[in-house]
Amino acid sequence: MNRKKLQKLTDTLTKNCKHFNKFEVNCLINLFYNLVGEVTEWQGITIGLDRNAFRNILHMTFGMTDDMIMDRVFRGFDKDNDGCVNVSEWIYGLSIFLRGTLEEKMKYCFEVFDLNGDGFISKEEMFHMLKNSLLKQPSEEDPDEGIKDLVEITLKKMDHDHDGKLSFTDYEQAVREETLLLEAFGPCLPDPKTHMEFEAQVFKDPNEFNDI
Amino acid sequence: MGVALARSAQWTAARYGTRALETTPLNEAILEEIMMFVESFIYKHPQEAKYVFVEPLEWKTNLDPSAFESGYIVSETTVKSEEVDKDGQPLLFLSVPHIKIRSFGQLSRFLLTAKDTKLKEAQACIEANEGPVTKILGLDYNTMKEDTSVVNILDKITKEEDPASEIKMKLGKLLEQLDLHLLNHSLRHISLEIRLNPTIVKNDIELLKHFSGKGEQTVLESIDYTSDYEFSNGCRAPPWRQIHGEICYVLVKPHDVETLCITCSAEGVFLNGGKTNDEGEINYERKSEIYKDLVTFLKEKSAKFSENMSKQDVRFSEEWKKEKEEPKEAPKKEEAAAPRKALPASSKSMLEKNQINFGKSQMTKRLEPSLNWKATIDFKEHKSLLRDIQEEKRGGRLERSGPPVSPGRAQLIHKSAEKIEEMISESSSESEEDEEPPDHRQEANADLPSEYWQIQKLVKYLKGGNQTATVIALCSMKDFNLAQETCQLAIRDVGGLEVLINLLDTDEVKCKIGSLKILKEISHNPQIRRNIVDLGGLPILVNILDSPHKSLKCLAAETIANVAKFRRARRAVRRHGGITKLVALLDCAQNSGEPAQSSLYDARDVEVARCGALALWSCSKSYANKEAIRRAGGILLLAGLLKTSHENMLIPVVGTLQECASEENYRAAIKAERIIENLVKNLNSENEQLQEHCAMAIYQCAEDKETRDLVRLHGGLKPLASLLNNTDNKERLAAVTGAIWKCSISKENVTKFREYKAIETLVGLLTDQPEEVLVNVVGALGECCQEYENRVLVRKCGGIQPLVNLLVGINQTLLVNVTKAVGACAVEPESMMIIDRLDGVRLLWSLLKNPHPDVKASAAWALCPCIQNAKDAGEMVRSFVGGLELVVNLLKSDNKEVLASVCAAITNIAKDQENLAVITDHGVVPLLSKLANTNNDKLRRHLAEAISRCCMWGRNRVTFGEYKAVAPLVRYLKSNDANVHRATAQALYQLSEDADNCITMHENGAVKLLLDMVGSPDQDLQEAAAGCISNIRRLALATEKARYT
Repeated sequence: MNRKKLQKLTDTLTKNCKHFNKFEVNCLINLFYNLVGEVTEWQGITIGLDRNAFRNILHMTFGMTDDMIMDRVFRGFDKDNDGCVNVSEWIYGLSIFLRGTLEEKMKYCFEVFDLNGDGFISKEEMFHMLKNSLLKQPSEEDPDEGIKDLVEITLKKMDHDHDGKLSFTDYEQAVREETLLLEAFGPCLPDPKTHMEFEAQVFKDPNEFNDI
Repeated sequence: MGVALARSAQWTAARYGTRALETTPLNEAILEEIMMFVESFIYKHPQEAKYVFVEPLEWKTNLDPSAFESGYIVSETTVKSEEVDKDGQPLLFLSVPHIKIRSFGQLSRFLLTAKDTKLKEAQACIEANEGPVTKILGLDYNTMKEDTSVVNILDKITKEEDPASEIKMKLGKLLEQLDLHLLNHSLRHISLEIRLNPTIVKNDIELLKHFSGKGEQTVLESIDYTSDYEFSNGCRAPPWRQIHGEICYVLVKPHDVETLCITCSAEGVFLNGGKTNDEGEINYERKSEIYKDLVTFLKEKSAKFSENMSKQDVRFSEEWKKEKEEPKEAPKKEEAAAPRKALPASSKSMLEKNQINFGKSQMTKRLEPSLNWKATIDFKEHKSLLRDIQEEKRGGRLERSGPPVSPGRAQLIHKSAEKIEEMISESSSESEEDEEPPDHRQEANADLPSEYWQIQKLVKYLKGGNQTATVIALCSMKDFNLAQETCQLAIRDVGGLEVLINLLDTDEVKCKIGSLKILKEISHNPQIRRNIVDLGGLPILVNILDSPHKSLKCLAAETIANVAKFRRARRAVRRHGGITKLVALLDCAQNSGEPAQSSLYDARDVEVARCGALALWSCSKSYANKEAIRRAGGILLLAGLLKTSHENMLIPVVGTLQECASEENYRAAIKAERIIENLVKNLNSENEQLQEHCAMAIYQCAEDKETRDLVRLHGGLKPLASLLNNTDNKERLAAVTGAIWKCSISKENVTKFREYKAIETLVGLLTDQPEEVLVNVVGALGECCQEYENRVLVRKCGGIQPLVNLLVGINQTLLVNVTKAVGACAVEPESMMIIDRLDGVRLLWSLLKNPHPDVKASAAWALCPCIQNAKDAGEMVRSFVGGLELVVNLLKSDNKEVLASVCAAITNIAKDQENLAVITDHGVVPLLSKLANTNNDKLRRHLAEAISRCCMWGRNRVTFGEYKAVAPLVRYLKSNDANVHRATAQALYQLSEDADNCITMHENGAVKLLLDMVGSPDQDLQEAAAGCISNIRRLALATEKARYT
């Protein structure tokens, strides 16, 4: 890609993204092309990070392990649902992923947790997401009982309108009361440590770096 | 058996001629034993079984003749035994319903026949036959028993050689054995019984009263004594019933049963016959079984009661238990209380205690602030318990009487060494809360609240869940009422504390935050605090202070602030370098330009500093920590934070400063860092707590003159004076009056206070205030009254009467201040008249007997102006029986201040010739002489004055010489104190009237010293010195003259 084109791309993306400055956008674009390789556009078809490549990044860089959550994060990034994350989706996604305000992150997390995208997190979805969260105790008769109980506890805590499922309003209210519940059903944001490491690594040119 | 029956068996009141055995467990046991004895008699002692009783045992039986079988001649209404005596009379004769039995054999068989009703029969038999032993063995047996030495009995047996009498003897012995057995048995039985006493009953009833009233939740509708009059022994039963061990009668109305009239007696609690309507007289007869205490009784009688009792959460029963356990623990507590710090600390620590105490009620004022552990109980319950606790504590402050829990194993190693260090390193302001409360775990079988099980489940998920499950469990746990002790203890008891602390050691920021949020809440509980320390939580908490996440720092600091409320915790914080880190937190707010909240885990910088200050406040109660804070540069940072205007920041900051101001270093720094200015500024704040701490800090610092001036220069006196008008907040009032007291040591400040009409207000505060306020008010008045105008003012406002009234108190600090104030007032003759009229001098005089030297000295000082200004002082002094002897004997004290004050008092007393004669008789001269060898200038001065006064009687001059008081006096002239010079010169002048003393003076080089004094600008000194020299010179001339003529 030539320099001019890159410059132009950076400018447009910077304009659309409020959380990164130009330098940071530049760094992230470079990172993106490093990850996908130089061939991003082939005969008009945009190539980007496909599901596997993206999950690999999530796993290696941000230490995520839960397959399902990683899938959902990929869906979160892949706005146009074309099976791969292109450069603008990359920048936009990371801006929320790394620097999003609480509102943006709530919206993002809710989308991740709403597995079927119907606007509610149902009991079944919760169960699905929490099913590996407890150490299985061989002595217990029903290994799922703990999980079911955990789902009930969560509902009791978050389901303010008592309809047996979480709407975004429920979720938002609960998170505003207790921020810890933002990632209630699994880690879908970078934890602070890897977050800092990532930023430090990507934005390492100190000359133009002045605002963190 | 006779003795046992007469003494141990419990008979009903023999009112109606027939005696009856009460159905008590003890009686049943005795009957059981007797029956066993009788039943087995026929097998064990066949010989003796045939013995025919002297008189038959007769009683009414319910047994049907048909019950008798072989061996008996049975008819419709009579039964005769086939067994007959030697006269042919049957040994058993039953003619319904009367039965006569004349041998043990028949008795045994009879009981076997009676089967189920044998207990009744045995009882009837014993009831009907008074003195069964006499009937069996005849009267002579009893007379013989008078001298039951074995020899005697053997003698009789061998002499008489009569087999019948031998059997009789043997039987007698057997019965005696039974008797002994029964007595032993009943003794064991009695000792097993819990005897109630008036105190226990009273406590039970009081406690129940608090939980009674209308409504479904209470345990009873009402509970009341039948009589309001309480005898001095605590009983309410009339004396003729007290003989029977009855303590009181209670009318109880449970929710679901009719009103019960209950007798509480030493044996236990039972239902009585109730009130007989016409006269309100109680039918004392027992109508139910005996229960061991009131609660057991009520639980039995009322289902609703027992249900509600179990509903009352565990605290209630704990309370209950505690109350009962107390007496045992009392001595322990006293031991623990023994090495308490001495007086100088007491006023301060008392003030501190008030901060916690005042809010509740004035009545608690003398109690220790040990209510912390239940401070979290919701208010209503709290209030009702409060009174009980007060009562408990009056009985010897038993609140925290349990043994301290053993510290963790690691600490054991250093323990002994540390103990000593800790003794020294902890500052005097350690308050009562330091003592570690008893560890009361919930009993396994107690009725556990539902929260307990829910919390247990959550802890299980904490243990076995991944990060996501853990966060959910933590958030859910946070929803419990963590301020409630049940929940706090439940978390601990199911092993949650360990997990929470372990979570702090992980890398999961979210888990750490969640865990800290819970720990922060539950660490309000003193027991939990200790557990956290025991589990090694503090080092981890201290480490978190280094975390890059501000919200973690905040939470950790807040938790430390809660945990570090006791000594061991504070030490741990220091040891792990926590103080430095906490001080570093204060620095955060200094960085200007706060960046926006960039992460979810970040709090505002101001918040971080606030939490740091909060933790430092807790830590600053230990001396070593104060030092550590100072070394870490905390003072400057605190001073910086003081400039902010956030109230919730200012309170911990000022609190820390106030705590630290007990140290000289800090006071100097506070002066230097212009902190006073800000303290004064914050006195004008709206926040009462802030005002209080500011006033408190000023109180601490104003010992220093410059500081007092600074307070005035920054206009701090006016707000202080105006805060006096609000007397509702006692803690603040105590702090404010304290600040005024210390500030009024400077004359300029007093003038200002007079301007602001503070003195009138202070006089108004002399009544109806808690002791802590009084101490300060009186102290302030004592300072103010050093000036004429104020003395007049105090008199005109009617301040003398309340001051004199306070002379009868027991608080030492208060007494010291009161005596000083009264003394200051006594300088005014008009005030003196009032004091005299109120008998104030006598009260002062009796304070000379106070055990505390400070009070003694202060009283003696106060007496001086009284004697000076009283009309007819000599007569007044003589009127105190034994008073002069008391004063003279105080010269044997070893406290310099007491000695000086007593010397001053003696100087004044000795102005009256008659009194001087009396004290001379009491041996004042040798005692004064003995004191002469001292270096204390204050004592020297007053001693010299006293000596010079005492010279005025009889041959006292000579006696002083004989007791070698003169030579040391001469040395006083070398002192640097002009007052000492004057007093000494006067004394020497008086002593020099005696020739021998002149010689001694001359030998000790007095002349040269005195010659210098003649040149002094002080006229009195000049005169006395010159007079003395002239006496010496005259003697010399006289000897010379005598020599040459």
